[in-house]
Formats: sequence, structure tokens, C-alpha cells
Amino acid sequence: MRYGEKTAVDGLSLSVDRGSITAVLGPNGAGKTTTLETCEGYRKPHSGRVRVLGLDPIADRRELLPRIGVMLQGQGAWSGVRAMEMLRHVSRLHAHPLDVGMLSERLGLEECGRTPYRRLSGGQQQRLGLAMALVGRPEIVFVDEPTAGMDPAARRTTWELLRELRADGVTVVLTTHYLEEAEQLADRVHIIDHGRMIASGTPLELTRGGASATIRLVVTRPFPAGAPDSLRSALGDSTEVTQLDERSLLVAGPADSTTLARVSRWCEEQGVLPESLTLGRRSLEDVFLELTGRELQP
Amino acid sequence: MTTPITTGTFTPQPGSAPLHRQVLAQASMEARLMLRNGEQLLLAVVIPVIVLIAGVKGGQHLDLHEDYPLVDIFTPGVLALAIMSTSFTSLAIATGFERRYGVIKRLGASPLPRLGLLAGKVLALVLVELVQLFVIGGVGQLLGWSPEPGAVGFLLAVVLGTAAFASLGLFVAGVLRAEATLAAANLIYLLLLAGGAVVLPASAYGGFGSFAQWLPSGALGEAVRTAFLHGDVAWRDLGVLLGWAVVGSALTARTFTWE
Repeated sequence: MRYGEKTAVDGLSLSVDRGSITAVLGPNGAGKTTTLETCEGYRKPHSGRVRVLGLDPIADRRELLPRIGVMLQGQGAWSGVRAMEMLRHVSRLHAHPLDVGMLSERLGLEECGRTPYRRLSGGQQQRLGLAMALVGRPEIVFVDEPTAGMDPAARRTTWELLRELRADGVTVVLTTHYLEEAEQLADRVHIIDHGRMIASGTPLELTRGGASATIRLVVTRPFPAGAPDSLRSALGDSTEVTQLDERSLLVAGPADSTTLARVSRWCEEQGVLPESLTLGRRSLEDVFLELTGRELQP
Repeated sequence: MTTPITTGTFTPQPGSAPLHRQVLAQASMEARLMLRNGEQLLLAVVIPVIVLIAGVKGGQHLDLHEDYPLVDIFTPGVLALAIMSTSFTSLAIATGFERRYGVIKRLGASPLPRLGLLAGKVLALVLVELVQLFVIGGVGQLLGWSPEPGAVGFLLAVVLGTAAFASLGLFVAGVLRAEATLAAANLIYLLLLAGGAVVLPASAYGGFGSFAQWLPSGALGEAVRTAFLHGDVAWRDLGVLLGWAVVGSALTARTFTWE
């Protein structure tokens, strides 16, 4: 997929299982929206093949559109239209729409039902956008940054709703640049950057690889000289020990009870008193940092 | 497709509503938005009514050398003006902002096909024109209008006038940005109102009238006046409108993109 000379999405290959939640994760400008819009039939790929529900999003557009729900990133409504009026309008284009009253209640839109679109808050516009994507009872929903601009409470409500969709057999494809969102929701995560897929798997698979876990050891008094080497030889070759400052060490390696026991025995031998011993699982954020050398969020 | 064993709230059951129902929904939505919007309403009803009253009351001081009462000349002219304002100015502005606000893009992902969207727009124009006909016709009657309507001539004038102006309006909305469309559509409306032989017959413009009668505004004005003054069909003017509709549609087809 190209815009002029710039290749926005390049050689991206991904497939989505029915009835699952797939997250396309990446920083701004990574090509997430372009990928989604190619699936929605808005953009024609320069090369390659796209099939959604076995249909070509361009050639079979008319057949495909009633079966998918689309939530765009912002806008998509008349500025003077009232929130419920817009939702009711979209529902009338479908054969078996959801009850708009129920849907607006689920998304917390009742209190702004008569508010013109231009006066809705960013979060309300997002929720209305999601409602419009769902009202036609689609088989797949494509949601672009569904919780951008939402407050934490609305974000959790939205996550619950997306999980309920999956439980009811709806396939959900979402883009996000919130790592937590991908980690909490997705069955599969595809991390893309500069239009290329750089990692793909379940959140567990993605966070399990590499330096599997970390133990952070903080002691009451400064370590004696040569402490990192001494600890490494006590733990064995499969671990990595880094001195963070004079009173803390970071151990990367298998974070099992054997390692923990060895760490505390080593403390006893060295005559240092642990102040804290923290076990950390690798997060998607660490994965992303490793893969791209960049932070995902500012 | 197999029937799902358990059904939840969101269990998929996709499908398009029948096309005619989608078109009706789209038309009623667009007509409501148009009649609710203050500026659009000003253009659709308020200005035409002011022009009508001012023309009939103030025209007595002008020497127009007409054989008919002023109200019989002005009312059809103002009806033509109303058709022009709705199918050209209002349509262009609304479409320009729909593109800007992503409405057309959003509807592009709904079951409503492009042709249905276009049909909905045309139907919405007709609905608004009906409202205009009742209001302007009612005010005209209060001012003593006693038309001898020629239904065929009037209907043809409405259809061809709407087609000509709507295709030109979509052309403007397609080539300009939303703000520029707003400015251009209003400016063209004002120019045609003043010099386009729509409210007053081309004969009232002296030498310029022979040019103005070939404008879509002049042709529409004349066609509506002919229908109401003589109960006749103004074939020449309808032909001019058809020509503009062909030109406008060709331009729009070449340049217009929905997004």
C-alpha cells in the first residue's frame, strides 16, 4: 500500500481468526489505519491480496459492507445531527439492527442523545462511532483506536463491551497505541512499525520470549565491589546481572524459585540485607522497546 | 450459514435494509438537517419570502410595463429562486461539509450504495422544495396571487431545474474545499438573484436579458412563469435547462469524488 513514493504498508501479512480479538499495535504513522482501511475497501492495495470473510473488499464491496462494522478515527457525522438521531439513521440502513436504546445505554450515550454532534466531547464522539459500527449486527468490526480520548471508566466499559462481542461470536479487529489495551483485550497482537510487521503472537507469546523476566534487588547498604560478577557466578550462565546503582541490582533470566533462593543465599553470604526483591514480567512495552529501540508512548 | 446455538446481544445478524427504505431514511435525514439549519432555512424560505413581499410591495413604484399584476409575476419567479437556492446553494454547501466531516466516508462503509445516497439527496431536495412551494405559494396567495397553473410545465420546470442546478452544485462541491464551496455557492446565488433573470423576466434586464435567458436561472424563471401565467409549457427554456443539466452532469461525473 503506497501513497505516492512513500510506502505506508509494506509486505504486511496477517490473518484473523473468527470470533477473536486481534490488535494491530504500533506508534502513530505506523500504517495501522491504512491496514484497516484496506480491509474496509476504502483503499486498493498496490499489490497483494486482501480477503475479508472470503470477499474482496473492493470487488465484492456491496456484498461485504452489510457484514462488517466500521468505526473510523474521529468524525463521520453531520455537525448538526443529534447523537441518537445519527445512530437511528445508521440503524435504518440495516436489516436487523440492534435496539438503539439498548445500545446507547450500554455505551453511556443516553445523557447526550439530543446533543448535536459538534457539541459532543471527544469521548462521546468515540462511543457514538462505536455504536454506529455495532448497530447493524456485523460479523466483523474494524475499530480504529476505539478508546482514544476516553476517560479510564469509559475505556473499561468499552473493553467489557468488546469482550462481550467476542463472546457473542463477533470478530474484532482493533488498532491501538495503548499497550495495555492490546495486552488486556487481544487474543493476538500484531506489532507494526513503518508499515512492516515486526512481531506477532498472543500477548503471552510476545512477552515470554527474550529475557524472560527480571528480578530487581535493592539492599539496605551499598554492595561490596564486584557484586554483579559474584552474583552472576552464584546464579549460573543463563542470567544477566546489571548494577543499576550502588544499592540495586537487576537480574535478568529465569525468574523461578531456584533463582530466588540463590539470590537470597548470596545476600546472606555477602552480609547484605535485602530491602526489596521485585519480580517483573516482561511487558509488551519492553517488547516494543526491544524491537524498535523506541518508546511507543511519549 | 448455520444457526448459532446460543444467541447473545451482539450475535451477528447482518443485512441491508431494502434499498427504497435506505433511500427514504437518507432523504428524510437530509431534509430534516436542511430545514433545521439556520443558514439553510434563511436561504430556502426567509430570503425568498422577503424578496416576494418586497417585490410585490416595492415593485409598484417601479415601472415594469407588465400586463399582469405584480404578484403573478413575482410569485413564480420567487418559486424558481427557491428551487435554485435549494438544489444549487444548499446542496453544494451541505455536500461540501459532508465531505469535510467524513459523513460520506462513514456512509460509504454502510449498506447504503452511492446511487442510493444520490437518490436520497435528490429526494431530500424535492421534499424541501415542497415545503418551499407551500410557504411561498401561501404568502403569494395572501398577497393576492391567483395562478392558472399548468401542471406539466411546472413539474418539468421543477425536475429539469433541479437536475441542472443540482449537477452544477455537486460540481462546485467536488472541485472546491468546504469553505470555498460555501463562499462560491452563496456568491453565485446572489449574482443570479440580482442579474440572472430568475425573479424578474429577462425582458426587464434590457440588452442583458438576451444573454440572461440562456442562463439556467433565466430559463428556470421563465419556465415557471410560463407555467403559472399562461398554463403553458416553455419548451425552449426547458431545453436550456436540459442542456445545463447535461453539462453539469458531465462536469460532475469527471471531477466528483465522494470523499
